[in-house]
Amino acid sequence: MATSTTSPQLNRGGQADPGRTPRRVGFSQTLGRWDVKLSPYLYVSPFFILFALTGLFPLLYTAFVSVHDWNLIGGKGDFVGFENYAYVLQQPNFWKGIRNTFSIFFISTIPQLIIAIILAALLDANLRAKTFWRMGVLLPYVVAPVAVSLIFGKLFADQSGIINTLLGKIGIDPIGWHAQVLPSHIAIATMVDFRWTGYNTLILLAAMQAIPRDLYEAAVLDGASRVRQFFSVTVPMLRPTIIFVVITSTIGGLQIFDEPRLFDQTGQGGPSRQWMTATMYIYEVGWGNQKSFGRASAVAWILFLIIVVVGIINFSLTRRISSDESSKSRKKVRR
Amino acid sequence: MSAPSVPVIAQTAGKGAARAAARKRSKVGGSDRRPGWVTYLILALAIIASILPLYYAFLLASSNSAYIAQNPIPSLIPQGEFFDNVSRVLNSDIQFWKALGNSIIVATITSLSVVLFSTLAGFSFSKLRFRGRNGLLVFVIATTAVPTQLGIVPLFIVMSQLHWTGKLVAVIVPGLVTAFGVFWMTQYLEGALPYELIEASRVDGASMIRSFWHVALPAARPAAVMLGLFTFVGSWTNFFWPFIVLGSENPTLPVAVQLLQASYFKDMALIMAGVTVSIVPLFVLFFVAGRQLVAGIMQGAVKG
Repeated sequence: MATSTTSPQLNRGGQADPGRTPRRVGFSQTLGRWDVKLSPYLYVSPFFILFALTGLFPLLYTAFVSVHDWNLIGGKGDFVGFENYAYVLQQPNFWKGIRNTFSIFFISTIPQLIIAIILAALLDANLRAKTFWRMGVLLPYVVAPVAVSLIFGKLFADQSGIINTLLGKIGIDPIGWHAQVLPSHIAIATMVDFRWTGYNTLILLAAMQAIPRDLYEAAVLDGASRVRQFFSVTVPMLRPTIIFVVITSTIGGLQIFDEPRLFDQTGQGGPSRQWMTATMYIYEVGWGNQKSFGRASAVAWILFLIIVVVGIINFSLTRRISSDESSKSRKKVRR
Repeated sequence: MSAPSVPVIAQTAGKGAARAAARKRSKVGGSDRRPGWVTYLILALAIIASILPLYYAFLLASSNSAYIAQNPIPSLIPQGEFFDNVSRVLNSDIQFWKALGNSIIVATITSLSVVLFSTLAGFSFSKLRFRGRNGLLVFVIATTAVPTQLGIVPLFIVMSQLHWTGKLVAVIVPGLVTAFGVFWMTQYLEGALPYELIEASRVDGASMIRSFWHVALPAARPAAVMLGLFTFVGSWTNFFWPFIVLGSENPTLPVAVQLLQASYFKDMALIMAGVTVSIVPLFVLFFVAGRQLVAGIMQGAVKG
């Protein structure tokens, strides 16, 4: 079937009713048929054309730029094969960028998920003023990452920051939130979580509300406590949603730029690049001192492949876990 | 065996029982009892934790450099120089008003365009049949997971060849469509728009585009509003691409605000005043339309 469902019925309707003269004859009827045939393609075409031009083409063309000597000012130069890749892979800063990106990603995602599940479980209770609480946790989502980063950069200031001052009051020595590797990652992960925990809480809340009530009733009949219900019913049933959240935060998290870029005023990721991420490295190579688009593209393409590989790993894990889980939960229901 | 429906209870056990059953039924998940105060306490703490950093920014914005240097922990009562600092931001070299105007233009155009094109494509994907539909739809879903941000180098090359660098059009055009939007509207229209309505309008002799405009678009309105809101927030808070392609001459709001840190990094009161002012517009939007944002996230989660 290549045409719309509506057209054959329309014709049949016209023939079955001889009392009504068909309104469309000749040219306008052909026009109508073309309308039915072409409209579906016409309506999806703006998306595909614009996406091809501004999304897909640049992404693929990155591979082409990456094998050329290409400069921000000078433009395209000679074909150099994998020279840009070889250069980039030898740079300690490239590896720092990859390390920092993954480190920040893990430090932000794991606590975020745990907090989001707990908050979602609390919101899932029969609260008064539901909407108020839900809106409350979502509030930070409308604060731009730029603003978040400027605020947290000051909160986590090494010398006069409020966090180090408070730590000092309880007898803890100031932490080098900017100076040291791991603390700077924790600070940046905090910014990410500040903005996204509430958002993911609501996703998990929606998934919780979709869990069939009989499962809880069965658990109650079996004598399960509230805590036991949470770990034996809620968490397993949430697993597909948790994986969805993890996948979306992987794609965004591995491209993180705004928060680390604005964590200090120089925007280079620290004096020894201790919190410079992979995307910041792309910017530095392409628009910073080197102005080498070829090398920046090589980094971008490597990062793209990393994201694809991580995505595939995620996906295959998902399938395995969800098939395991459905068989397990089936057993549970039967019991 | 499923429980008897509420009307059945009303007939068999009286109105009071029916009301109780309805109340019980309206509740989903968790427990039927009202939760204890601990639940409210933890939620309140979570909300306070998300407001405190913003209030801290406001406190710094209402003080001055000397005060900030002397008091690492500011007093919870604002210092009263907020409007002075804000007026310094408005008169600084970051071109605040221009940036605000630019952000409004970019966010408005992209959200209208995303809503229009997504609804159009969603109508086609969910209600019209054509060769290659399933394949194209799978392609759309797959592209929601493509990190298009990594194509910035060629995108920048294209924009500079078009002489668009530094112009708003360079930010607007890549934001005109999103794969997520198409997927979202397809999902929504699948359930919300009955085939009969389109057929009825077709029988009445309406062209495809008229059926779209008068039947599909009104049916899509709730989802379209949510999509528009999310696109607006996304566009407004976007930094990476505007930062690269626009530069400081013709900035959007986030680009302008980070310029404050680069050029006045010792004047924390000024920076925080800029931050506070830049947060206000989306805060207003949030108080007006926060419900829709909450509902949008929760609906998307169940379907997606």
